[in-house]
Amino acid sequence: MKSHSFTTIMFSLFLALFTASSYAEELLMVRTKQNFPEAMLKLQDTIRDHHYSISRVQRIDIGLTKSGYETDKYRIVFFADKKEVSVITNNYPHLIPHIPWKIAIFAEQQDTLLVSADPMQFSDKNHPAADKYLLKWKKDLKKIFNEMRKSN
Amino acid sequence: MHLYPLIYRRLFLLLKYYIFLSAALFLSSTNLYAEINGEQLYSNNCSACHGANGDGGVGVPLALPDFQYGVTNRYLEKTIRLGRPGRVMPAFTQLTDTEVKAIIKHIRSWAPGKPFKYSDKKINGNLKHGKQLYIKNCAACHGSKGEGGQGTGVTMSRPRDLPIIAPALNNPGFLASAPDMMIKTVLMNGREGTPMLSYLKQGLSEKDIDDIVSYVRSFEKAQQTTKNEEKISPAITYESPFSLEETVASLKRAIIGKNFKIIREQYVNQGLVEKGQEDKKQVIVYFCNFNFLNRALAIDPRVGLFLPCRVTVVEHKGKVIVMSSNPLYMSNLFNNENLHKLCEEMYQVYADIIEESTF
Repeated sequence: MKSHSFTTIMFSLFLALFTASSYAEELLMVRTKQNFPEAMLKLQDTIRDHHYSISRVQRIDIGLTKSGYETDKYRIVFFADKKEVSVITNNYPHLIPHIPWKIAIFAEQQDTLLVSADPMQFSDKNHPAADKYLLKWKKDLKKIFNEMRKSN
Repeated sequence: MHLYPLIYRRLFLLLKYYIFLSAALFLSSTNLYAEINGEQLYSNNCSACHGANGDGGVGVPLALPDFQYGVTNRYLEKTIRLGRPGRVMPAFTQLTDTEVKAIIKHIRSWAPGKPFKYSDKKINGNLKHGKQLYIKNCAACHGSKGEGGQGTGVTMSRPRDLPIIAPALNNPGFLASAPDMMIKTVLMNGREGTPMLSYLKQGLSEKDIDDIVSYVRSFEKAQQTTKNEEKISPAITYESPFSLEETVASLKRAIIGKNFKIIREQYVNQGLVEKGQEDKKQVIVYFCNFNFLNRALAIDPRVGLFLPCRVTVVEHKGKVIVMSSNPLYMSNLFNNENLHKLCEEMYQVYADIIEESTF
């Protein structure tokens, strides 16, 4: 009986931990006090520090300016882990349209804002095994954003 | 004979306590049991939109003295809890009551002094007259149906000299948070530091203002009660009867036919693997219409998340599949009604392009 209660408590604790980390938020968003050029460099370094490769940077502001529209600094940073991309494309094709993952980064006066979607938003009950990748990306994105928030 | 089993039992018990203690220590290092720190909570949940010091940006400048004195803690609490459906501000349902109070305490630290107190008294003004006055005095900024100004704060989507965009007075989150007397007080005194004027100074009487408050409150009844519960897929997916190469060529023709510009074609793992090692059976086509992009950014600067437009064509298990993320699904993440209209437009563009390239 005692052993049963103990197991129940432990199970509840770990369930609480799991549900806390798997909660799907809509958007992940952070503000850094760094100006845009500094934040852009820092973001790319931070992404690499978390063992991802940057596949490309889309310069939205340049395209808009060339087309005659006024805009502030605005880029999209695409990144992924090549091994994970291989696993996803082979086993979980429903996630292909969302990879490489991306972060929108844009100037907000002297600050810089960063936005990304919560990967758990793309969780599919028909493919529960893919959740371990989505959860990992979410945790890494949160770490990256936390580091960006702290870097002033 | 009985000694060893007892030792084992005690060791096992000790081991259980050790595991339990480790779990407790681990938990104490997580947010679940962390000390409630309003500043930290504000930084994590609010500062991206409202600014680190409440200066505003995508969201309302919370540090504005007139805003601080003009709103009650209950208004702030309800606003955090309910958000502003369709107006970017999300409902923070995951925060505990203690965390919400800690955030409000931190927000209040920017403006020492006590805020106004409002009674819950309902104002029963003349609706017809209130409507006339509203159309004449308020609609230019707040919209004829109280839908508010467009855009999201003072990013590049708005002139930077405006500290705030006109709130949507018909928003259920606003109406549930703001008592009649608060709306009346703002109308009477205005809000310094924003374009909101004092309508007593503009020549309206207190009775006129009561009529406007009643008209604003009537927006509650006009709210739509039907909610679209249709399940939207995160991706648009079509199977192509053609080869991968033919499908990509057809896709590009369809994109150009829709007045979009192809800005890049690449393999999915390009830039991640060494040059020449890319998987040639997985192609992404990026495309853009800068006029459309400019419109989208003016509505919500966060739209970069599903821009530039991209369609991926892959050969998977002998089938050629054409897929893109679904703008209607992505739109739900933004809580922005105005953006949703654009996403509906975008969904049609994607569907037409993909359909054309696979038939």
